[in-house]
Amino acid sequence: MTDSLLSGHDLHKTYGSTPALAGAEFTIRSGEVVAIMGPSGSGKSTLLHCLAGIVRPDSGTIRYDGRDLTAMSDGGRSALRRSDFGFVFQFGQLVPELTCLENVALPLRLNAVKRKEAEARGLEWMERLEVADLARKRPGEISGGQGQRIAVARALVIRPRVVFADEPTGALDSLNGERVMQLLIGAARSTDAAIVLVTHEARIAAYSDREIVVRDGRSRDMARAA
Amino acid sequence: MRIVLVMSIGHTLLGLLESGPCHGYDLKRSFDERFGRDRALAYGQVYSTMSRLLKNGLVEIDGLESGGGPERKRYAITDAGVTDVEQWLGRPETPEPYLQSTLYTKVVLALLTGRDAADILDTQRAEHLTMMRELTRRKIDGDLGDRLICDHALFHLEADLRWLELTAARLGELTLEIRK
Amino acid sequence: MNVLRDLRMGAGFAVTGGREGWIRTLLTAIGVGLGVALLLLTTAIPGALSARDERGRDRNEQRGQAAQAGDHTLLIAHADTTYKGDEIRGRLLRAEAPKAPIPPGLAKIPLPGEMVVSPALADLLDSSRGRLLRERLPYRTVGTIGDKGLIGPDELAFYAGNDTVTTGDRWSSVLRITAFGSPFPADPMDPRLVLLVVVMFVVLLMPVAVLIATAVRFGGERRDRRLAALRLVGADARTTRWIAAGEALAGSLFGLLFGLGFFLIGRQLTGVASAFDLSIFPADLDPSVPLAVLVALAVPFAAVAVTLFALRAVVIEPLGVVRAGTPPRRRVWWRLLLPVAGMVALYPLIRQGSESGQFNRGQVVLGVVLLLLGVTAMLPWLVEAVVARLGAGRVPWQLAVRRLQLGSTSAARAVNGIAVAVAGAIALQMLFLGIENDYTKETGADTTRAQLAVSSDAQVGTEGIARIAGQIRETKGVRSVFGRSGTRIAEPGEDSGPGASLTIGTCDTLRELARIEGCADGDTFIVDPRTSNSVGGMQPAPGKNVVIDPGQGPRTSAAPTPWLIPKAARTVPGRADGSGIAPDGVLATPGAVPAAVTRQLPYSMTVALDPAVPDAIDLARNAMARVDPLAQVYTLNETRESRRFANVRTALFIGSTVVLLMIGASLLVTMLEQLRERRKLLSVLVAFGTRRSTLSWSILYQTAIPVVLGLFLAAGTGVALGAALLGMVQRPFGVDWTGLASMTGIGAGVVLLVTALSLPPLWRMMRPDGLRTE
Ligand SMILES: Nc1ncnc2c1ncn2[C@@H]1O[C@H](COP(=O)(O)OP(=O)(O)OP(=O)(O)O)[C@@H](O)[C@H]1O
Ligand SMILES: [Mg+2]
Repeated sequence: MTDSLLSGHDLHKTYGSTPALAGAEFTIRSGEVVAIMGPSGSGKSTLLHCLAGIVRPDSGTIRYDGRDLTAMSDGGRSALRRSDFGFVFQFGQLVPELTCLENVALPLRLNAVKRKEAEARGLEWMERLEVADLARKRPGEISGGQGQRIAVARALVIRPRVVFADEPTGALDSLNGERVMQLLIGAARSTDAAIVLVTHEARIAAYSDREIVVRDGRSRDMARAA
Repeated sequence: MRIVLVMSIGHTLLGLLESGPCHGYDLKRSFDERFGRDRALAYGQVYSTMSRLLKNGLVEIDGLESGGGPERKRYAITDAGVTDVEQWLGRPETPEPYLQSTLYTKVVLALLTGRDAADILDTQRAEHLTMMRELTRRKIDGDLGDRLICDHALFHLEADLRWLELTAARLGELTLEIRK
Repeated sequence: MNVLRDLRMGAGFAVTGGREGWIRTLLTAIGVGLGVALLLLTTAIPGALSARDERGRDRNEQRGQAAQAGDHTLLIAHADTTYKGDEIRGRLLRAEAPKAPIPPGLAKIPLPGEMVVSPALADLLDSSRGRLLRERLPYRTVGTIGDKGLIGPDELAFYAGNDTVTTGDRWSSVLRITAFGSPFPADPMDPRLVLLVVVMFVVLLMPVAVLIATAVRFGGERRDRRLAALRLVGADARTTRWIAAGEALAGSLFGLLFGLGFFLIGRQLTGVASAFDLSIFPADLDPSVPLAVLVALAVPFAAVAVTLFALRAVVIEPLGVVRAGTPPRRRVWWRLLLPVAGMVALYPLIRQGSESGQFNRGQVVLGVVLLLLGVTAMLPWLVEAVVARLGAGRVPWQLAVRRLQLGSTSAARAVNGIAVAVAGAIALQMLFLGIENDYTKETGADTTRAQLAVSSDAQVGTEGIARIAGQIRETKGVRSVFGRSGTRIAEPGEDSGPGASLTIGTCDTLRELARIEGCADGDTFIVDPRTSNSVGGMQPAPGKNVVIDPGQGPRTSAAPTPWLIPKAARTVPGRADGSGIAPDGVLATPGAVPAAVTRQLPYSMTVALDPAVPDAIDLARNAMARVDPLAQVYTLNETRESRRFANVRTALFIGSTVVLLMIGASLLVTMLEQLRERRKLLSVLVAFGTRRSTLSWSILYQTAIPVVLGLFLAAGTGVALGAALLGMVQRPFGVDWTGLASMTGIGAGVVLLVTALSLPPLWRMMRPDGLRTE
């Protein structure tokens, strides 16, 4: 991949004596959607965390946009996550005391955008994800599907270049799950963001351009298997 | 199911032969043992298939026992036969319902002949996902009717895929069972 | 029946709830235990003080004085001294018969040249620090005084045997007794001090009660969720409440045990208290049984009551707790009722307490308790009301404010203790400031002119004074010594009426007492009444006939001596000497008074020291002890604080600091629990690239907002209460700004401490582990 945006090479990560990653490979280009699949405990989330600079791998290199992520300081990686990456997790990710709109605006505010402007832009994204009417509600007062859309809006509000989604539809029924996926993919495509999508569900993975399977900490690129 | 079986019986028998020459009767027995859960293979079908394979040069007669009925013929696989099996195993099936029997057969044969069964499953998996992607694309662009039809197919394919995953996860177990 | 079953079930949860449940029960037990220990300690203090008092009275020598030597009389003389600022109680004993009374704590009367010392004094004498003291007490130590004869473990005391003291003329301060003990009833405390002590107890115990109430709610949020789960499987609201009460009950019972343990450990640490002049024997700290039983019953009962009361608001809906919605607004009116009622109770007492008047203690306690309870009731409402109006500022601020908006109860609950403690302490500080002048007296001493004052009952005559002064003057570090004797003059006749004083000293000495131009032995001066601060009395004049009447002084049998104030006596302006005493009446040189008179008078001296000589004070005291062991030597200070008053003040300070620290601990526990529950969320925020500092600030704000509000409320209530208390003792209103600042400062310090201690766990929890789904 000549023009890969984010890539990981020969990644190793061990927790205690549990090897979570054992030589995993990954690469993604701008605007590409790559699904990571594999059995439970195979190291999918660990791979995602490494790629996003949340966890530092024991060995291996991660390159993002020409920079070596593994060589960056914790502060540098945090700054990068604030400015370039968006995140959607399975559940429990909204700050319960903030309203939905404040939740969506939060990443912008962490990037020092003024509150008014942050919330205006947040509201735009909530409209795109069809949840603008929930702006004033708190996460405790909305449904799981609605919460996931808020989370997607929050992930996209900074116009990230990569969105990391770890089982974003894991807690949703198929209809809601697919709706969230369509909105996520549609919105990401419109901003040319790449998506790293960890999922168990084939129907969700089917929204990707390409999939890799992780088994026992090793990755396998299915495009090449075919 | 019948159709599937008929389509793959030649390859299956070829695959069984790969582990060593054997008599038509033994071939039927080992086929029945491994794949003939619902219905045993008829002798007639074994012989007609074997003669087709003979004609195509994929097997050859390895020897005749005295008393010489057709069941006394001993078959061996030719190089062309091995290649044929190889290609068949490596070729993903067109995703469709009731695929498991064929896939199962392939996996068992791969294990029997020491090939990488995981590879077969992964290949199939990629094929399935490619089709699912295609259906998903059609679904997103299509009207409600298309969507419903596509979803139906998608759910079935997903079920297959789950089976593929499950099988992949159980390959170790299966190997032990088959090799015993 | 059902209630019992539910309570039991709850208690079961408390001990079988897995590790989580155990930790929570343990925290509750520790919190309650600290509170109980404090309660036991406070209930024991009155007993301890009275035990101390009793021993003090038992060894007193005022009872059983005898005029004649008999077969069970003892001569006893005071030989108190001060060494490096520590006071030492000393007695010289001379048995006049084998059956002489033995002081408490002693086995027998020490022989001449021997002494029996308290353990603390023995240690001091053995240490290098006691080097100079060994010179002053030239006796052989033959034993130690038993606890019965000491008021506290750290008291410095000795009894020395002596065979020279007599009740004769020379040693007039020597008593002849047949038994030890005090004939007087114990001093009643000044009602104003009583008010202070009563308020102090309330002020210290209220936060303890709040602390206990908080402790039984430790881990409340998690518990609520578990109870919601119980509702989900069919328990009704009443049942769940009682189950919760059962849990709290179990925790508080453990707490009682812990409390007993803490108390037993704590009372061995009374050495800490002695740093503040409160030396108490551990065995004296014996809580009175009824009070201890009351504590043992009240604490579990309160635990149950508090839980039932607190859960009244948290209607545990099957799903209510799982989904945090916006809680209903609190109402203010009944909360306002409490402080208002408190003020109503205190109001009639204002202007009532005169110097001698007694206060209705019940009413004081009720008023103070209601006022302080008002703080605890108002604070949750105030926090909620203010927080609801706070705008969203920077991200940390927004996080903290929103968090408090969603549920400020637990924060307000924890801060309540601080608020009550600070409010009470501020009020007390104001009261202290108001009556401080009554208890801290300006002595008038000019410590640049003299550092020691000596007074002795020894009748040594003019030459004696000159000799003693000379001996002291030769001591290293002594600059000057002025000795004089004094007595009283009055009109001749049976009823001598008001008199004036007569001071006899050399010209040098008299110059210390008045502005005198020329002086020679035989001269007499009259102090200009306009420069003396005595009012009334007799006005002496040159040529006036008076009597010198030593009978007005210490016990002597001397008859009044007629004396003519010399015609040549000049009137001179007086001035205070180094010890602050301004003369009045007549100043005479020894030659002007009959020598027979001067031999009958006690003497006094002022001593000036060289500040450059280390230990000059103790060297001078040693010299003094050599020449006149029974003389009393005072170190001069510009102000003197009533001892009791100082004790009360230090006790308040220690008490409120301890209470604030304990509350800080409970705040910390609440904060840590909250962090633990939000582990996953913290990890998500980290994934988003949230800075550590952002979350750290938000924690600081989250703690600080309720505390600041609490301190505000506390300052207001404290000033109001202080004003009421000042009104009661009829002192003008005045705010003790330093007290206010120091108390709020301690409160703020607690916030910072809690935040600082929360940061390491916060940072630990900000690791990505939390992202794993549980
Ligand atoms: N923080 C951690 N501490 C210890 N072990 C860990 C930690 N994180 C992951 N592991 C271990 O590493 C392995 C891979 O975990 P990971 O979460 O990446 O799996 P996963 O593929 O995402 O699984 P799932 O599909 O269940 O989410 C597992 O065996 C897991 O127990
Ligand atoms: Mg995972």
